[in-house]
Amino acid sequence: MAAKIIQGNNKKFKKVKLDLVTLDLIENALKNARWEMDAVLFRTAMSPGIREQHDEFPMIANNDGKMVVGQFGSFIYGFIEGYEGTIEEGDIFLTNDPYSCRGAISHLPDWLVLQPIFKDHRVIAWSAMFGHMTDVGGKVPGSLPVDSNQIYEEGIMIPPTKIYKKGKLNSEILELILHNCRLPEWNRADFNALIAALRIAEKRCIEIADRFGDDYFIEAMEQMLDRNKRAMSAIIGMFVPEKKAYFEDYICDDGIGMGPYKVACTLHRDKNGVAVFDFEGTDPQSMSSVNFMLNEEMFKMFLGAFTINIFDPQILFNDGFYDLVDVRIPAGTILKPMKPASLSSRTHMLGRIFDIMGGLLGQGAPDALNAAGFSDSPHFMYSGYDKHGEWFQLYQIGFGGIPGRPVGDGPDGHSLWPSFTNVPNEFLEAYFPLRIDTYESIADSGGAGLHRGGNGIRLGYRFLEPGEISIHDDRWLTYPWGVNGGTPGGRSNKILRRADGTEELMPAKKDHIKVEKDDVLFFNTWGGGGWGDPFKRPAEKVAKDVERGLVSFDGAKRYGVVLNKDGSVDNDETEKLRKKLSDERGDVKLFDFGFTSIDELKARCKEETSFDPPKAPVFQKWHQVAAQKLREAAE
Amino acid sequence: MSYRLGVDVGGTFTDLLLVDEKTGETKTAKVPSTPDDSSRGVLNGIEKVCAEAGVDPKEITNVMHGTTVATNTVLTNAGAKVGLITTKGFGQVLQIARSFVPGGLGGWVIFNKTDPLAPLECTIEAEERIGTKGDIVSPIDLDDLEKKLKKLKGKYDIEALTISFINSFANGAHEVKARKLAQKIFTDIPISISSEVIPEMQEYERTETTVVNSYIRPVVSKYMRNLHKETKKRMKDVQLHVLRSDGGLSSVESAENAPVNLLMSGPAGGVAGAIWIAEKAGYKNLLTFDMGGTSTDVALVQNSSPLKRRETRVADVTVRASSIDVRTCGAGGGSIAYSPELTKSLRVGPQSAGAVPGPAAYAKGGEEPTVTDANVALGYLPSSSKLGGDMVIDSNLAKKSVEKIASAMDLKVMNAAEGIYNIVNENMFGALRLVSVEQGHDPRDFALIAFGGAGPLHANALGKLTGSWPVIIPPGPGVLCAYGDATTRVRNEASRSFIRTFPQTSDKEVNKILKELAERSAKELDAEGVSRKDQTTTYEIDVRYHGQGLVLTIETDAKKFAKGGLSAVAKEFDKMHEQMYTFALDHDQELVNLRAIQQGKPTKVKAERVGKGSGEPKEAVIESTNVFVDGKNRKAKIYDRSLLKSGHSIPGPAIVTEMDSTTLILPDHVGKVDGFGNILINPSKSSGKSTSSSRTSKSKTSKRKAAKKKAPKRKVAKKVAKKKIAKKKVAKKKAPKRKVASKKSKKSKSRKR
Repeated sequence: MAAKIIQGNNKKFKKVKLDLVTLDLIENALKNARWEMDAVLFRTAMSPGIREQHDEFPMIANNDGKMVVGQFGSFIYGFIEGYEGTIEEGDIFLTNDPYSCRGAISHLPDWLVLQPIFKDHRVIAWSAMFGHMTDVGGKVPGSLPVDSNQIYEEGIMIPPTKIYKKGKLNSEILELILHNCRLPEWNRADFNALIAALRIAEKRCIEIADRFGDDYFIEAMEQMLDRNKRAMSAIIGMFVPEKKAYFEDYICDDGIGMGPYKVACTLHRDKNGVAVFDFEGTDPQSMSSVNFMLNEEMFKMFLGAFTINIFDPQILFNDGFYDLVDVRIPAGTILKPMKPASLSSRTHMLGRIFDIMGGLLGQGAPDALNAAGFSDSPHFMYSGYDKHGEWFQLYQIGFGGIPGRPVGDGPDGHSLWPSFTNVPNEFLEAYFPLRIDTYESIADSGGAGLHRGGNGIRLGYRFLEPGEISIHDDRWLTYPWGVNGGTPGGRSNKILRRADGTEELMPAKKDHIKVEKDDVLFFNTWGGGGWGDPFKRPAEKVAKDVERGLVSFDGAKRYGVVLNKDGSVDNDETEKLRKKLSDERGDVKLFDFGFTSIDELKARCKEETSFDPPKAPVFQKWHQVAAQKLREAAE
Repeated sequence: MSYRLGVDVGGTFTDLLLVDEKTGETKTAKVPSTPDDSSRGVLNGIEKVCAEAGVDPKEITNVMHGTTVATNTVLTNAGAKVGLITTKGFGQVLQIARSFVPGGLGGWVIFNKTDPLAPLECTIEAEERIGTKGDIVSPIDLDDLEKKLKKLKGKYDIEALTISFINSFANGAHEVKARKLAQKIFTDIPISISSEVIPEMQEYERTETTVVNSYIRPVVSKYMRNLHKETKKRMKDVQLHVLRSDGGLSSVESAENAPVNLLMSGPAGGVAGAIWIAEKAGYKNLLTFDMGGTSTDVALVQNSSPLKRRETRVADVTVRASSIDVRTCGAGGGSIAYSPELTKSLRVGPQSAGAVPGPAAYAKGGEEPTVTDANVALGYLPSSSKLGGDMVIDSNLAKKSVEKIASAMDLKVMNAAEGIYNIVNENMFGALRLVSVEQGHDPRDFALIAFGGAGPLHANALGKLTGSWPVIIPPGPGVLCAYGDATTRVRNEASRSFIRTFPQTSDKEVNKILKELAERSAKELDAEGVSRKDQTTTYEIDVRYHGQGLVLTIETDAKKFAKGGLSAVAKEFDKMHEQMYTFALDHDQELVNLRAIQQGKPTKVKAERVGKGSGEPKEAVIESTNVFVDGKNRKAKIYDRSLLKSGHSIPGPAIVTEMDSTTLILPDHVGKVDGFGNILINPSKSSGKSTSSSRTSKSKTSKRKAAKKKAPKRKVAKKVAKKKIAKKKVAKKKAPKRKVASKKSKKSKSRKR
């Protein structure tokens, strides 16, 4: 059953003729409104995850719920379809349950608020926003338990709920929710901030409609969608060949001993000009929380973001082109897990999707192909009681190397996510019992190439109070691949140096690690893959990287560059070495994954990483049964 | 007799304003700028203005100077080779920066990061550590540092050195020690330390700010010293002052030490001048709108005081330095219009045709359609030879360039030109919104004052978008900045981070720090010869809710703070937070930064007056022309501004020309000339409600009514709507704004517990 939208005014919008310039004016105004939503949220939110790192996504949709401005695509249609009840003026909905909104948000810490925007008692638009809460309860501080088996272990689940009913806050429900969180004051402030952002969008949409007329406003959004469709249709024609391309990539493990998990995907353009992504062959869902429930619409949006930027970066990509893309994800796989699968640690797979998309599209247009990047947002969490007996809890996102790209070297220690920033270290020290011993990029962690991959980051946390930490990262086993001759970037690792000086390597995904005062954790992220033939990178550039400490003296040899003691280039030796290495290598490969097969990779796992190789993931009986039922129901 | 002199160096002209200190009488002069060494132009100007006024340069006691030398050093990458010393483990603080990649999802695909202004190879790390509260975790190892410094000196030709250690905002002792050592090794280059330049939290921003300071220091220093020396030669006891980004004046010495405070010196002069002239016209609440060739600067002025911001941005360099909150958008006369083939939309800027080749209409080889070309095609910028001037304006070339857009979008040329005009206005409207609505100000409570070469051409249209009336077009946009320079007060500030929740500190403790800061700040003014009795002190306290990221700045002074203490600050903060973000919280407030601002007394300057006239100034009409507005050709008259007198009234559509700018008055609007030669544009009475774009204004009234009737369900929405209506009603009476606000805040204080 679908929701019933109750309007005080059911007058239909008039079809009007809109000139192109007014269309651009309205597009601009909506763009401003969307940025303003961000600004309000950043200023008023409290958790460092949102206010400093900007882990949030705003959206404005048209009266039908199609996204016209935003980044993650619209889930409003799905929400309306799935919600059983009325939607009225002044209602604002809150949810964090991926299973209730087809994965529009993909784990419980992401709180999504959405509201219909009424003007003169008619729905003229929708606004929505979600942000990552530092904690939503559950079995581990930060609410991202790696080893949880069911979503019920991951915190409070909120189905789509009228948190404001006809303009009135349902404070009892809000209090009930907050009561289940470890840092209720942060959640409350972040919730308020999300609502404030929605109100800004509401205010701006009403102003725009006032200025140009309601019918013009509606028509403009319609045309923005159309415009996108036309543009994407051309892009798909250029980028996506009719011949099937195949690509696969992995997340390394699931934190409970299984992996790597393969994501397989084919891409081709069908007779109708539709780009078909088919994830047949993807590994089964995990019994831990690394599942990523990939919303098909969101995936389409990623595709739009990836490609449309190249042609008109000022355009607001939107839902308009959805019909041009067909995404097929088999149920019961790690990308479409069956309830009640855990989902909290989906970040690794979410990031990896971008590498997969890049790898697929790049085969149709190798000139535009990027290497594998920092396709993740690794998490670090630290909690405990400080010397005043107060609870502290930190959730922080790490960054690594942007890959080598056609336009140039990848920046060191940067974010692939839009508007994300680091947490200033002085801020960390002021608000948490931490001292940061080191904050620098890791030399040689960027893949070698004509364009160097960016380096990962070494962040040394010195703990000043006993407590517990969690580490969530990936690419400790597989590599960020290089392209067009570029070599893979370096893997990640984590080293815990105890106060007595002993060191232990920590696995990539682990909760409840006890730490004591003056223990130091080195959280080392991975680099980006290299782009293009490293032996063609100007030797002076390599020498400069060495002088700057971004590439080591020996690391220069990966580029076939030999340096003199004073750091200058030894031209003769360099020429010789480059010739030798280049002969040994032969032709450049389109992709360099750093391994020949998973078995080969696993065989050297222990030696290279000190950890036993993970076991191959297997399908569970109930997943298969549940998935089969779902397919039958669909048919 | 004694005189003061305001000097503004612009891209084309250097403007000077000579003020008789006793009577306030003024004399102006204009000379060509000398971009290769702008001090020459200044000196030429001084000679000229003195000769014309019959004043001996020796009688000039104070020279106030607004300069773009700091800005240009950044824009042209002409700064020094900077060395950097950081705490061990943080040498790549600028390389990693804030990990931020601009653009949306997928923006990383096309982002190329620029190298840090202090190259990594010229960065060394010191063994030392200070804790977050200023405690010394490990003392600085000077022997080790000495070795590293010597190596650095031996290897690189460093022209300026920066020291920025972790947590030095809390304790700068190690930076001071490191500087003492470095001075022995680098004997002849300037050394900037972060705890002095900007003792505030956040290592990247503090380091970047201090490095930028080093980067521009040698260039600014050289310019200042040169100018100082030359002026001293001509004027015996002259005091040279430089306009700072925050709109205050500083001495040559502090300008040389902290040039990072001068990055907005140029725009600040314009804003100060706008404030001064608008005040004469009777307006204290302003949106300033300065549109030049490549960009537009806007700012908000409340009660004759510009909003400030703790951040200054020049190109992609952002530093923590107080400046007038000037927002820049990449829209100017030279901005290029284009239509991406794939989306067939109309985009204007940020690419600019620059001075070379410039707009197509200038016939210097430009072919791309620019905003200026649109203005020429539409007839707003007349190409008639009768208007004189050296600039060629070729209307055919302009139309030819716009034709490109027209054919790409399947429009008629004139409609395409009007499209360009409208889109660029929309972009600038976006910038005006940033300083107004987004900070909780309703632009309809403000007048819009326009200057810069292209400002007066677009001001009337911007007035329509913002609803800010009147639109004020002051005479002589160049000399306006010189007025600004001459009327500015000597100013200095001292600040520090002091991060405590309110319960963690006391009125007494905060008061003590504020007093210390005031004393530090006052000493600088003493040095500039401002006696203590002429100095006034104000305090600024940056506050947030504990745990929040933003800070809001609360202004107070010694008396107010003694009376109300932190609890009064807390109240004001709650009120402000609610005004801006629609809610207040029941959290502890937290102090972030404390600042004391010391100012000298204001100067008396008389504005030049124009003679009296009345009605439509027939005698000022140069000729008739056609302008294309709202899709139609209309007859318009062109007026000579120099012949306009007080009381004259110009019905739109009309064009008013003067030497360095052209004003457009739109249909249904009227421009009235006031006693100081300002043109005040308002919607004409017959048109009434022209607060919005003309097409929709028809439906406007009924909509407003509907809005009133509609009973908004949500509390806050109701208040906002009410406030709007209330404001509409009282706008004419100019009801005191504060009342409305406080009423609103009292009612809506729905604190959550």
